[in-house]
Amino acid sequence: MSTPTTELPRVEHEHTHPSDAQYMLIALFLAVVTGAEVALYYVNMDFLPYAILLSILMVVKFSTVVMFFMHLRFDSRLFRWVFVSGLVLAVIVYMVVLLTFHVFNGRV
Amino acid sequence: MAIIEAPEQTGPLALPGGPSVPAVPAMGVFARPGQTKGWRSWVTSVDHKRVGVMYGTAAIFFFIIGGIEALLIRLQLAHPNGTVLNAAQYNQVFTMHGITMIFLVVMPLGAALMNYLMPLQIGARDVAFPRLNAFSFWCFLFGGLFLNTSWFLGGAPDGGWFAYAPNTNPVFSPSHGMDFYALGLIITGIASSVGAINLIVTVINLRAPGMTLFKMPVFTWMGFVTQLLIVFAMPVITVALFLLLFDRIFGANFFEVRAGADPLLWQHLFWIFGHPEVYILILPAFGVVSEIIPVFSRKPIFGYPFMVFSGIAIGFMGWGVWAHHMFASGVGPFSVAAFSVSTMFIAVPTGVKILNWVATMYGGKLRFTVAMKFAVGLVAMFTIGGLSGVTHAVSPSDLQQTDTYYIVAHFHYVIFGGALLGFFGGMYFWWPKVFGYLLSERLGNWHFWLILIGMNLTFGPMHILGLEGQPRRTYTYKPGYGYDVWNLIETIGAFVIALSILVFLYNIVKSRAVAKRDNLAVGPDPWDARGIEWMIPSPAPSHNYNPVPVITHLDDFWHRKYGEDERGRPVRIAETAEVVQDGDATGVHLPSPSYWPIVIAAGLPVVAYGIIYNIGLALVGAFIVLVGVYGLGLEPSTDPDAGHGPAEHHDETPPPAPAEPDKAEEVAPA
Amino acid sequence: MSTVESTAETLRTPPAGQQHGGHHQPQPGEHGWTQTGVSNEKLGMWVFLGSECLLFGGLISTYLLYKHTAVQGPRPHDLYDIPFTSVSSFVLLMSSMTMVLALAALQRGDHHRTRVWLVTTALLGATFISGQVYEFMSFVKEGMGYTTNTASSAFFTLTGFHGVHVSIGIVMLLSLFVMSLRGRLPQEKSEVVEIVGLYWHFVDIVWILIFTVVYLIP
Repeated sequence: MSTPTTELPRVEHEHTHPSDAQYMLIALFLAVVTGAEVALYYVNMDFLPYAILLSILMVVKFSTVVMFFMHLRFDSRLFRWVFVSGLVLAVIVYMVVLLTFHVFNGRV
Repeated sequence: MAIIEAPEQTGPLALPGGPSVPAVPAMGVFARPGQTKGWRSWVTSVDHKRVGVMYGTAAIFFFIIGGIEALLIRLQLAHPNGTVLNAAQYNQVFTMHGITMIFLVVMPLGAALMNYLMPLQIGARDVAFPRLNAFSFWCFLFGGLFLNTSWFLGGAPDGGWFAYAPNTNPVFSPSHGMDFYALGLIITGIASSVGAINLIVTVINLRAPGMTLFKMPVFTWMGFVTQLLIVFAMPVITVALFLLLFDRIFGANFFEVRAGADPLLWQHLFWIFGHPEVYILILPAFGVVSEIIPVFSRKPIFGYPFMVFSGIAIGFMGWGVWAHHMFASGVGPFSVAAFSVSTMFIAVPTGVKILNWVATMYGGKLRFTVAMKFAVGLVAMFTIGGLSGVTHAVSPSDLQQTDTYYIVAHFHYVIFGGALLGFFGGMYFWWPKVFGYLLSERLGNWHFWLILIGMNLTFGPMHILGLEGQPRRTYTYKPGYGYDVWNLIETIGAFVIALSILVFLYNIVKSRAVAKRDNLAVGPDPWDARGIEWMIPSPAPSHNYNPVPVITHLDDFWHRKYGEDERGRPVRIAETAEVVQDGDATGVHLPSPSYWPIVIAAGLPVVAYGIIYNIGLALVGAFIVLVGVYGLGLEPSTDPDAGHGPAEHHDETPPPAPAEPDKAEEVAPA
Repeated sequence: MSTVESTAETLRTPPAGQQHGGHHQPQPGEHGWTQTGVSNEKLGMWVFLGSECLLFGGLISTYLLYKHTAVQGPRPHDLYDIPFTSVSSFVLLMSSMTMVLALAALQRGDHHRTRVWLVTTALLGATFISGQVYEFMSFVKEGMGYTTNTASSAFFTLTGFHGVHVSIGIVMLLSLFVMSLRGRLPQEKSEVVEIVGLYWHFVDIVWILIFTVVYLIP
């Protein structure tokens, strides 16, 4: 039987936070992606590749804000677990509902 | 508290940091409550144990209301062409019976036990957010009361607890009942969601040193999974309720078929919540049984990892089966087949639990206390309900069973025979820890047998009636269908249940009176139990543990009392008195009581009444909530001017010098 | 005395005198101690945000279900002003940047900068809301009200819920600003700003979803 320690490790922020300039660069990146999205809106293309491209850009923006502005990339895994659980659950459950309604295949 | 040190130690935002913090004067208008006795101490309490007791008390109160609603139903259905209730009244009664029993009885009973026990079982002093915990309770209570005022304000909700659209639109449900439904459940939903965040953070963060996740008791594990289900499921019904509310009060088009809407949207949203909801109802009771059976079998729970993983599996899989409530709704054959298969799979983890409980008892030294009887009762009754559930999973047979009394039989066996029996067992088991005296075993036996016979008389025949075609949710039936005799028997059974509840209530009153009269005080561990909550005095002291225990085993308390001989049999290694704590609270800082939780909670029904009747009133309610939220946010969770627990010891710093030495002499003890 | 008891002894809450003056790590049983080392409040906010995914998912799904089912009246897609909404989206996105700059400033102890960025974030949020209000009013003028059809009900409910969330965020930001002005937001309390920031960023990412799924994809 091991003697439990009385000193528990404290989770410290050992990494350095991004600097102000780095945050602004990330914001610039987000703005560029937004611009790309809007530009795509005006391009004449088939629905499916358009939707896929836009979705990719959307996911890129989403992840960037979550990982860097919300700091999830550098923080405790616990936060990632609880947030991603909710996110994945929502996506799956609502996708199933929409599939039942045939939203993606021929529903008017 | 040392006054010698710099004055920045006072004030609401005083930090344990250094003198770099400027002095900040207190901002409050009202003094922090500090009562420890009387009704005010309950209203401002943030102690998870008091919150738990209040949840339990409120649940029993609502249980009586829901029970009366049940008796009215059974009186109406005792004979064909019943005249006790007309159709409109019947719709309200059976709707409120369902809403009350699910949201205002079984969930709060689970909340009572989870709030009381989970911090104790993990070795914590309280939950992560004690004031939010108090808020959750008052929010639930006011939401439940708000919902019930509908009886007096034009009619209770009448669309069934499941409230299928478009039956719930103003054309078919013209009274305000469904508005009370939507708003009332939004309010109680807030209570549950906030409580869930609280308990999730508590279990993750406040486990005592050495208490790894896999040394937590099964009850705490089941509670943890339950809270995760709550926090993710409540938002879905919240969406549905808002859509319904907006349809009704603004004329939105969410369920307006002529506008192109699809009523199935309601059903999906409701049941995506509704199915996890039934696991929310049953998992805490499974946890209770997993605590009781080992104690009264003098054996550890069989297959602890399987018990934990099956609970987690139920939590996950519960999200994948909701459309089995919709087999007859026209979702299409592919959906029906898929959900039929997923529903069959979910029987497996529950089956694992049943087997493990039985295996725990096998070869054990069994003591059939009342708590044990209720626990075994759950195992038996839930098995029956689970078996009928398996027959529902098979969609072809479900098409025969759906909307008949066969379904009513199923869910009463699992909710009444499962959750409720389990919670009664939990009450008998933990009553001494909470109140310091035992409930009478003699009266408890009457309670148990009456309720077991009563529930089987009431719900057993429903299987037969359902298969013979008696439809559910109908206010009467005609003679000549062969329903008459069984319905009468069911009504008699319902009154037997009512009698058993009277016995239970009498047990509470009598046991308390006897305990006071004879000055009975049960010790910390009347059952020779296993969990660390039995290591502290009974009733549990307000600070729970001192010192915070260091955990080395699952069932840590048991292992402090017993070792094992060469053959693995328990051998006493320490007297209980040597191992239990003495309740000394020296040096313990507890979170301080607060007014704000009940203030915020009180504002919510005002908003709700305002939405129904008068927008000005809604703004008043919103203002109350806003003030309350700011009050809560700006007040420190622990009053820096409060004492340090009942026994103040200041070894190194002298007590503060009285401001006026003359006064000190004046108040010298007589 | 057994090992367990002697270890337990050392965990008995230290006398009150040791708890003030000098930086003090919370011990088990004391306020602020956690077994995992992460703060309760921050974990609570992440759990809350996880649950909000289910809320907005439901509202977005409702819109997706109904966007093409309108039987009368103009539908949202007929009336969108994409350039206008793009600017709105950009504004909200930038507010996430200013939010994180506010947090960074407080973590450095730069209280003046903190207040500047907090107010800027709130102002950008208010600009976004004004844009929404203007957009909604122009839709109504063009014949698409809340109850016009299924698509309009779904659209206004989704964006309305989002707007309410943004507005609550603005109130929180301004409250932080006032607290800072009165000296009640010291560097040690930067986590409060971080937690409000998490909420604010979440509201932003919901808009990232809405902008693409509701506005840009027909």
